[in-house]
Amino acid sequence: MQLENLIRQFQQKDKAAFATLYHMYADNICGVINVILKDPERSQELCHDVFIKIWEKSDQYDTSKGRFFTWILNIARNTAIDELRSKSHKNQKKNLSVESLVGIYENSEDLNGKIDTIGLQSLLKGLKDKCILLIDLLYFKGFTQKEVAKELKTPIGTIKTRLRSCISEIRKNMA
Amino acid sequence: MSMEVDKYIASGILELYVAGALTPEQNLEVQHYALQYPEIQKEIEAIELAILKLAASASPKMPENGFDQIKSELGNVIQFTPVESKRKAPWGGYLGWAASVALAIGLFWLYSENRNLKSEIEISGQEKLKLEETLSNTQEAIVRKESLLEQLRDQNVTVISLGGQTISPSSYAKAYWNREDNKVIIDAQGLPEPPAGFTYQVWSLKLDPLTPTSIGLLDDFSIESDRLFVLENSNDSEAFGITLEPEGGSELPTLEQLYTLGAVGR
Repeated sequence: MQLENLIRQFQQKDKAAFATLYHMYADNICGVINVILKDPERSQELCHDVFIKIWEKSDQYDTSKGRFFTWILNIARNTAIDELRSKSHKNQKKNLSVESLVGIYENSEDLNGKIDTIGLQSLLKGLKDKCILLIDLLYFKGFTQKEVAKELKTPIGTIKTRLRSCISEIRKNMA
Repeated sequence: MSMEVDKYIASGILELYVAGALTPEQNLEVQHYALQYPEIQKEIEAIELAILKLAASASPKMPENGFDQIKSELGNVIQFTPVESKRKAPWGGYLGWAASVALAIGLFWLYSENRNLKSEIEISGQEKLKLEETLSNTQEAIVRKESLLEQLRDQNVTVISLGGQTISPSSYAKAYWNREDNKVIIDAQGLPEPPAGFTYQVWSLKLDPLTPTSIGLLDDFSIESDRLFVLENSNDSEAFGITLEPEGGSELPTLEQLYTLGAVGR
């Protein structure tokens, strides 16, 4: 209920409400961008831009777009993926299109110790690579079920239930 | 017919909902169920929390003053800086005053127009939310009715008329029994609303000797406005009866409270 009020106030361009939402989600959104870009400094800059976008697009959010977090997750994802596709970035980094979530803690030295590798590892403990990839594609890449099915060469019907069991493992690791 | 919440949760649709991988219609449907069933709402929040944690653990963290930097860029207004004017003839001065009064009136008019527009937008926003809610309710009702209609029209369905009994001769009900699917749809439109603390219970009956087997309760009688109930029935029924029982149902039917009864035509 409280979140709904906050979102309503934010949609009425209430900066205080927006500040609260920012503090609720900034680190997570910044994390999503960093999973995609694997570049902490650039991710911080983009995260800043994403929140400006969120403010500018506030009237476009409605419940048919799902949870508020899901809506801003989508904006963050698209911004980061656009960045990845942009020329300037292509020159700096190699192909990052696959396994970004897997890669991010395997190559954690590259990230100047800026991220909470231990937290990430403990959340993903015991998860098969297949699981991590599935989560990566759906949450951090914004793939549809159909696209995931094609990418993983898996029947579309099994994706939902497999996703549930993968997320359950993370939830167990949180406990 | 109450929804099978556990099955719905176990299907993984809520994980897809949080990922944003559903269509707008499916999103509205999930929200509708979340409003109706607190377990679903809780589950959505738990899934979201897992993703939030995962994302946060990969975060380079935003600087302490991150929001101040953003705030300074929100809705930047171009400042109006007055230019020092040279002293002119007195007429110019009067004209200047007149112009600023006109400007002030104009600005005030713009300001109040703007306020009106804002409140109109707010009202349409609220109306939109209400309409979305109504739409999702309607869509859900249509889907339910279409599926019921389809089930009623199935060629394997036997229709059994249940006639009113001594306690309530004007009552009636219909049973649509699909032997292939082991399902019975009870149309309870012709039963009076049960008194508080009581519920209708449906029985499958074998006649010789008389053996009743409960196949379910007609709960939520007043809320289920169409009064159509889908029940499981794998019995080799020879008749169906509906009795009024204390809430929660009974082991055996209370025969004095038998409202309707009907035999299966062979």
